[in-house]
Amino acid sequence: MMKKIENIIENFGLPRIIIFLFLVLLFILTPFVGVRFDTSINDVIVRFGMNGILVLSLVPMVKSGCGLNFGLQLGIIAGLLGAVISIEMETIGFAGFFTAVGIAIFFAVVFGFLYSLLLNKVKGDEMVVATYVGFSSVSFMCIMWLMLPFKSPNMIWAYGGSGLRTTINIKGYWFHVLTDFLKIKIGNYIFFPTGTILFFALLTFLVWAFFKTKIGAAMIVVGSNTNYAKSCGINVEKMRSISVILSTVIAAIGIIVYQEGFGFIQLYTAPLFMAFPAVAALLLGGATVGKASIKNVIIGVFLFQSILTMTPSVVSNIIKSDMSETIRIILSNGMIVYALTRITRVRT
Amino acid sequence: MESKEKYLLRMEHVSKDFYGTKVLKDINISVKPGEIIGLVGENGAGKSTLMNILFGNPIIHETGGFEGKIIFDNKEVNFASPFDAINAGIGMVHQEFIFIPGFTAIENILLNKEPTRYSFFSEIFGDKLNVLNREEMKKRAIEAIKILGIELNPEIIVKEMPVGHKQFIEIAREIDRKLLKLLVLDEPTAVLTESEADIAMNAIKKLAAKGVSVIFISHRLQEILDSCDRIIVLKDGSVQKELIPSDTNPREVAEYMIGHELTKSIWKSKEIRKISETILEVNNLWVDMPGEQVNGASFKVNKGEIFGIGGLTGQGKLGIANGIMGLHPAEGEVKFKGKPIFLNNSKYVLEQGIAFVSEDRRGLGLILDQPIFKNITFTAMQIKDMFLKSLLGGLIKWSDDKAMVKITREYIDALQIKCVSEKQLARELSGGNQQKLCMAKVFALKPELIFVSEPTRGIDVGAKSLVLDTLRQYNSEYGITIIVTSSELEELRSICERIAIVDEGQIAGILPSTAEPTEFGLLMLGIKSKKKVTMNK
Amino acid sequence: MRKQSLTKTMNPGVLFLINYAVPIIFIILIAFAIPLSGLSGIYFIRELMIRLSRNSFLILALLIPVMAGMGMNFSIVLGAMAGEIGLIFITDWQIIGISGMLLAILISTPIAVLLGYFAGIVLNRAKGREMVTGFMLAFFMNGIYQLFVLFGMGNIIPISNSSILLPRGYGIRNTINLLGIRQVLDNLIPLKIGDILTPVATFLVIATLCVFITWFRKTKLGQDMRTVGQDNEVARVSGINVERIRVLSIVISTVLACYGQILFLQNIGTMNTYQSHEQVGVFAIAALLVGGASVAKANIPNVFIGVILFHTMFVVAPRAGKALMGQAQLGEYFRVFVSYGVIAFSLALYAWRKRVEKENERKKIMNYKKSILVK
Repeated sequence: MMKKIENIIENFGLPRIIIFLFLVLLFILTPFVGVRFDTSINDVIVRFGMNGILVLSLVPMVKSGCGLNFGLQLGIIAGLLGAVISIEMETIGFAGFFTAVGIAIFFAVVFGFLYSLLLNKVKGDEMVVATYVGFSSVSFMCIMWLMLPFKSPNMIWAYGGSGLRTTINIKGYWFHVLTDFLKIKIGNYIFFPTGTILFFALLTFLVWAFFKTKIGAAMIVVGSNTNYAKSCGINVEKMRSISVILSTVIAAIGIIVYQEGFGFIQLYTAPLFMAFPAVAALLLGGATVGKASIKNVIIGVFLFQSILTMTPSVVSNIIKSDMSETIRIILSNGMIVYALTRITRVRT
Repeated sequence: MESKEKYLLRMEHVSKDFYGTKVLKDINISVKPGEIIGLVGENGAGKSTLMNILFGNPIIHETGGFEGKIIFDNKEVNFASPFDAINAGIGMVHQEFIFIPGFTAIENILLNKEPTRYSFFSEIFGDKLNVLNREEMKKRAIEAIKILGIELNPEIIVKEMPVGHKQFIEIAREIDRKLLKLLVLDEPTAVLTESEADIAMNAIKKLAAKGVSVIFISHRLQEILDSCDRIIVLKDGSVQKELIPSDTNPREVAEYMIGHELTKSIWKSKEIRKISETILEVNNLWVDMPGEQVNGASFKVNKGEIFGIGGLTGQGKLGIANGIMGLHPAEGEVKFKGKPIFLNNSKYVLEQGIAFVSEDRRGLGLILDQPIFKNITFTAMQIKDMFLKSLLGGLIKWSDDKAMVKITREYIDALQIKCVSEKQLARELSGGNQQKLCMAKVFALKPELIFVSEPTRGIDVGAKSLVLDTLRQYNSEYGITIIVTSSELEELRSICERIAIVDEGQIAGILPSTAEPTEFGLLMLGIKSKKKVTMNK
Repeated sequence: MRKQSLTKTMNPGVLFLINYAVPIIFIILIAFAIPLSGLSGIYFIRELMIRLSRNSFLILALLIPVMAGMGMNFSIVLGAMAGEIGLIFITDWQIIGISGMLLAILISTPIAVLLGYFAGIVLNRAKGREMVTGFMLAFFMNGIYQLFVLFGMGNIIPISNSSILLPRGYGIRNTINLLGIRQVLDNLIPLKIGDILTPVATFLVIATLCVFITWFRKTKLGQDMRTVGQDNEVARVSGINVERIRVLSIVISTVLACYGQILFLQNIGTMNTYQSHEQVGVFAIAALLVGGASVAKANIPNVFIGVILFHTMFVVAPRAGKALMGQAQLGEYFRVFVSYGVIAFSLALYAWRKRVEKENERKKIMNYKKSILVK
């Protein structure tokens, strides 16, 4: 019996189990602290839809051996460009949404390609280089948001300043187009965001299907055993590049879906640290630096968003102060530190 | 008591087994002070294991220790770690260099034994805060280099030194130890030019004259005969014979090393086919494979033949297949079916119909965390577009799982791979079954020529014959040419028709497998090799 | 592809350019920006002197882990946090002057040692990924710090001086006034050169650290660290306790960073409780890299050159931005971009060169083999 418990702890990792138990505790406490259980679940599902795609975007790069994508910001920037340009073009509704996605994909492919060139030159040190490339590009874009010639009055500074505002309201453009699509209302307080979930499912399906193709299979092997892949004549660098471009594109789509649900486009320094919660969620779902699957994404996003939703409401009702930010920092970064210190197979 | 003091080292009735296999059987060796002993033996004869025991290597303790007694300097010893052995006065120069490339020769020679000058802070924080005494270090380094008798600027960073000098630094580091009584050298002249090797041997003789005993492991028989006082031949874990160089000759040594034939070649002389169609022609192949470098190998293989490549470890035999298959940088001219093939291009070679069962089964042969059916079919899928369904008019190539499973079940049957199902992960299979899986992977490609390296390494006896039989079967049924590279001469003689022996990265000679084992031994020992070197552009 | 052929050039001029690409680019950038900013020479000299005295100690703390092969190490953030906790306490107890500063040092040293030890152990378990792990660890510890300072202090940890607490009764305020110890070290030995007040004592302390580091390199421990930094396996086989040395290097660096942060804050005079340590890591590392250091090699001149170049850019950027584009904000974003960009560029350059060197090594061996066999 003890051996079995030990095995479970070994396999899942102590931090994950602690977090899971913590979550269970929170759920149990909800009725006692005056928080509605059903609205909480509703929140979790909505946030799941909003954040899932960003976490999904990490999978191709992990599978191909490029590690955790700390340079997620590049994809996010592509998405931001798509969103901002679609608003400049005054497109609304679904047309607006898909315009944003289309433009974002274009930028994502370009950025992803350049990013992959860099990563291929630093094999083995991808994560640390990605972190700083991500930061530098966000900082660079800060300059760009100030200088690019956008005109839409909804987006630029009010009193004749130049450059885009820090936060742009998309109400009236394509706010909630997905969330409201085929929305199912349950009772007075909750609803099921069919559109968002369907979209997430669609992208998940596409990712799954990709890995069933010849190229997808090759990519998995490149990540599992690079030398084996080389010995089969697979062009390792090409596979890695494809995975990076794929990750960047999905991330670009992901941020647009997030904005669609959130209602705002956040520019300047907001994307700076966006990679970390996504990575933490993936790790929470059971992934490691070398292995990630769609299952990890779904479990991880669900757990992570649950914690984010439940902690402030439950804890603040108990302790009467908002610890959620601090807890989030400890949880997500602690999860990543833990994953980085797991001794993995040496992949040459 | 008198006779005991005569000897510096006595190993009495030393035996060792690794997981049930007896690797050393009742070894009795004695070494006098100032004696130079040459230790000779084939792959797997037990030389490294014996030295590991002497040196207190942790691997020995982790696998159950050893039986017998070791008496060093009149005390019975059982070193718990190499550091204990070093402190007792045993030094070892390994084949792999152990130095810090960015440090100077001085720093390397004195590595972790630097003399220090007292400093006040050591009172509070311990010895480690004493300052290094650089003058003393330089003095000691120069002394050690002088004993070696070479010209070497000790202030140069080792990274910038020529390879031969790096070897000398290794030896100098051991010589510097004041307590040194016994020095073990493992293939010290492997990277040296002839003149450098002479210098090294002279230095060793000088050392011996000072009273330091030397155990000298080498496969260059000529050197052994020239410099050793005594030669100990190990074979299959026991001391075959002790010889005095002046009383013996190369052939005798080789005979003791290889032994008389235990297995008859399955081929009778007249069955070995005469030169028919050449399927593979190799000219002046150079391969940069760490540890198994190939320095200009040339040979021809006939169509439908089972050809063997043998030789001592580290001499380059494994490099040939790896180089041709594009796994390590290679140069030279290789012709397949008369057509020259591109080197350094794994994909091209596989597409031409040549496949490889690597000696690195777990690293290169399999994807351990993938199921069996994916392992077997992956290479074929990538190279020959097999097991794929074309969708959307050829735009998308979708994995045909059903076809993969079907072919896997066929191979599981044909090769009798013991597994729970085709979905079982490769890492869960036993060694023998993993090897069969590797072979199935290669057969799925339907190649015309297969390289197989170390086919039965680490496999239990029962599985061994199955693996070899499978190779024979595919050769006779499908006419696949097979080139087997192996450390075990007996294995090669049991299935190959002709066997090439690789020494120092070149083909020392090619003999029919029916030849006397001693002939092979002589080739391995660097005698009777026809060394002809030409340069590529 | 162009980069590939660059490596085949053994031309010392090209090699120099590649090795010192970062400082050279920086000098060019500054050469443009200084005239744009319209700042005077005197202003610069005074600014630079202050910044040298304020930042050098922290950056010097980075040198020791580089020696031990741990790369550019973010555990200095942990040291900074330890220093800040010390300062919070002396502010609470209202101990001023040099004795206040010394007390802060006394309190925070054991905290720094503990944090450094923890960081060292974590980093040992992440061999090969020290930089990313250190970076994430700093973020993680920031959360723990917040737990401690924002929720624990005034609650479980008694704080008597309510002026530093938040209105709700517990948790430290966002900004703490360090008037009690402001410039207490700087002004210890008053010296005026012309118009400029020179912080002599601080420079003396920095000089002492430099001497210490130089001396340390010459000790047995220093040599062991260098050995570990060059090749873990060889060090281990030679009998050096690799893990212990690595942890030790981080502990030393963390403690030095703790003192460095106290020095830094004593000059500024106010402490941003939750922000002061955040950018410490990035700016210090960027400055060191700008000074010509790399992940594997960093020496004392790198520190000072780095501070001068990096902080010149820092001072100049907002004004240059205003002059160029009419927005000072642009200049500020530019400096953040440059800080991160320098690190990204240096890391990429280093990783790329590491691989190229390995390939060249192997080629050398191949060629050597060929040369001895063709005789």
